[in-house]
Amino acid sequence: MGDTIATLQIGESGIIEDFSLDLIPLCLLEMGCLPGKEVRLIQIAPLRDPLYIKVNGSHLAIRKEMADQINITKL
Amino acid sequence: MKNNVVNVALVGNPNTGKTSLFNQLTGLKQKVGNYPGITVDKKHGKCKISDTLTAEIVDLPGTYSINPQTLDETIVLETLLNKDNDSYPDLIIVVAEVENLKRNLLLFTQIKDLQIPTILAINMADQMNRKGIDIDVELLKQELKTEIILISSRKNIGIDNLKKELANYKNWNTEPSAKISEKIDAAYFSDLEAKFSENSLYKTWLLITQQHYCHFLTKEQNTKIDIVKKDAEKIKKYQHKETIFRYQLINDILKKTYKVDKATATDLRSKLDRILTHKIFGYVIFATILLLIFQSIFEWASFPMDLIDVVFANLSELAKDNLPPGIFTNLIAEGIIPGIGGVLIFIPQIAILFLFIAILEETGYMSRVVFLMDKIMRKFGMSGKSIIPLISGTACAIPAIMASRNISSWKERLITILVIPFTTCSARLPVYAILISLIIPSERVLGIFNLQGLTLMALYLLGFAAAISSAILLHHILKIENKSLFVIEMPNYKVPSLKNVFYEVVEKTKAFILGAGKIILALSIVLWFLASNGPLKYKNAEQFVPSLEENTTVSNEVLQKKIASYKLEHSYIGYMGKTIEPIIEPMGYDWKIGIALISSFAAREVFVGALATIYSVESEGEDVGTIKQRMAAEVNPKTGEKRFNFASGMSLLLFYAFAMQCIGTLAIVKRETKSWKWPILQLTGMSTLAYIVATITYTILK
Repeated sequence: MGDTIATLQIGESGIIEDFSLDLIPLCLLEMGCLPGKEVRLIQIAPLRDPLYIKVNGSHLAIRKEMADQINITKL
Repeated sequence: MKNNVVNVALVGNPNTGKTSLFNQLTGLKQKVGNYPGITVDKKHGKCKISDTLTAEIVDLPGTYSINPQTLDETIVLETLLNKDNDSYPDLIIVVAEVENLKRNLLLFTQIKDLQIPTILAINMADQMNRKGIDIDVELLKQELKTEIILISSRKNIGIDNLKKELANYKNWNTEPSAKISEKIDAAYFSDLEAKFSENSLYKTWLLITQQHYCHFLTKEQNTKIDIVKKDAEKIKKYQHKETIFRYQLINDILKKTYKVDKATATDLRSKLDRILTHKIFGYVIFATILLLIFQSIFEWASFPMDLIDVVFANLSELAKDNLPPGIFTNLIAEGIIPGIGGVLIFIPQIAILFLFIAILEETGYMSRVVFLMDKIMRKFGMSGKSIIPLISGTACAIPAIMASRNISSWKERLITILVIPFTTCSARLPVYAILISLIIPSERVLGIFNLQGLTLMALYLLGFAAAISSAILLHHILKIENKSLFVIEMPNYKVPSLKNVFYEVVEKTKAFILGAGKIILALSIVLWFLASNGPLKYKNAEQFVPSLEENTTVSNEVLQKKIASYKLEHSYIGYMGKTIEPIIEPMGYDWKIGIALISSFAAREVFVGALATIYSVESEGEDVGTIKQRMAAEVNPKTGEKRFNFASGMSLLLFYAFAMQCIGTLAIVKRETKSWKWPILQLTGMSTLAYIVATITYTILK
């Protein structure tokens, strides 16, 4: 299994790989979470969910189930 | 010259200061209305932009995209696509914010492609230096084919420039900023363009992709769209491609026009985040804030509430004394005035609570709470976003239910709506107060805690516990597909703007008055009628009561009270109370309490007033002492025990904690869920629970 946003440690960054467009909701793309963009994990809520990330200039919180779907290459 | 009015729509992402700009432009001239057919509040107001031109500005709900995720966001789509709606704009102001310009521009390019005259207002421009941001405005104007005004809505900078430019809207470039078709599938899109030549291409595309939100479409239009919509996979893929393409375009443009010097950027955000979202401190801080809020509500609201109570009691007296006696005067003095007072009395608590919530939202802290609570709330079938409605529910369920609209998952939103009425709203407090003072001794436990205070706290916790447990139950019972699209923005921290907070409080309070107020007032009048009219025995009371042997020797004052009491017993509401007596007897109540229960359907706190009337106490303001004494002296003829003893008192407390006794809430649930099914479920479910719990309590304790 490759890395996803959910496997990042706090403070780590990665580059979003091409993802299957079917799995990712449009609203996440619209918030700036796009292939090729750098994503950094800022904070994880207790119980390891949701995740607070910075991607493409936006600060977002997403649930783990969504983060699991987004493959990345760790930096 | 004739003064022309143009419709202006204000569109923008949340947290861009869009509402702040709206407040600057319209000031106190703003109004809240309804969108036709749907019930989302529509904020609009007038603004003079030149000697000959007035703008009718609509503040559309904040959205990240024209493709809606939540109920509020569908309004943006409907308003901008439906040419026949009253608010269809002649021009649009898209509000963006310097720091998140990239994401803000996504929405801008979507709006611009509708080919309605559109201007871009870049807000918070006063902070560019501090944040090390530099924008080449002239070049950006060319690239986006639009006019751009730098503004700071909080500091009132650039607003005049914006108005000047608005007056010139007829000369704006209405070319689309992104030609989506060429990059995705030129053949497909030119085919669409030919088939729907009456619309701009992007509008056609939106009608196709968002058809289920476009309720304004005619049958013919729908059929036409259905035909081209067959390949759903393809459309979905193209939607994604469109977004990626738009971002590419924006990136390219911003590379040339937008520079950030990272060295200047401050790090306050990450420092605050580290503390406020910390796995221990985060919760401690949140709990402390909640405690402070509730404390302040009680401290600050009691004075204005007492004041309202006294003023309206005096007004009633005044009306009785000064108007000619008759049914009309009685209607005013005993129906309308107490009815209005019964609505206004809740305003202090509601306003104070929403003051705090508005401040927490303005600062950006609420998003951190949502982040901290999401996983926990999800175990109960709700969302982190349910926290705000649940807290609001401690003031009044009606604005709380409306606050659930930004929860995008229908199941999570529905559960939140269904359990909100369990939280202890301000209408329960007067009922709790009088019952507690009646059955719980004012003793201290462990030296510091007042037993009565502890009981009240226990009831609050019980309310939350009931909300949470029923949420868990609903979570397992409701078979609704839970499409979770939980993506929230974590905005930067801001010092709250007093003006925005003020308008927010006014708006929420208005929502309560308009939503619940009308119903409470109307029901108060109906109840007054039922209590002051009745069949034959009621009408003959004046002759009958004095003729009784036992009454020949009593003083006139006592006689009058006896007449009033007899009248009530034989009024319509008295008969209603007697009818339900067999049903409520297992809980330890008689027909008199039955009347109070029925009256409580207007609003729970009417219970106190109803009992006051029933025990023929002339209600002189907040004369709880006398009501209390009468209630304490009341005896149950069957058992010879006190009517309000520990058993029946506890049973009543628990009944009020669980029962669904608020028509205003039921009406709003019907409105928000667009179905009678859910309010009926709420009514039967909660009332059955209340009945069972109260019966068991009474049986065990008696």
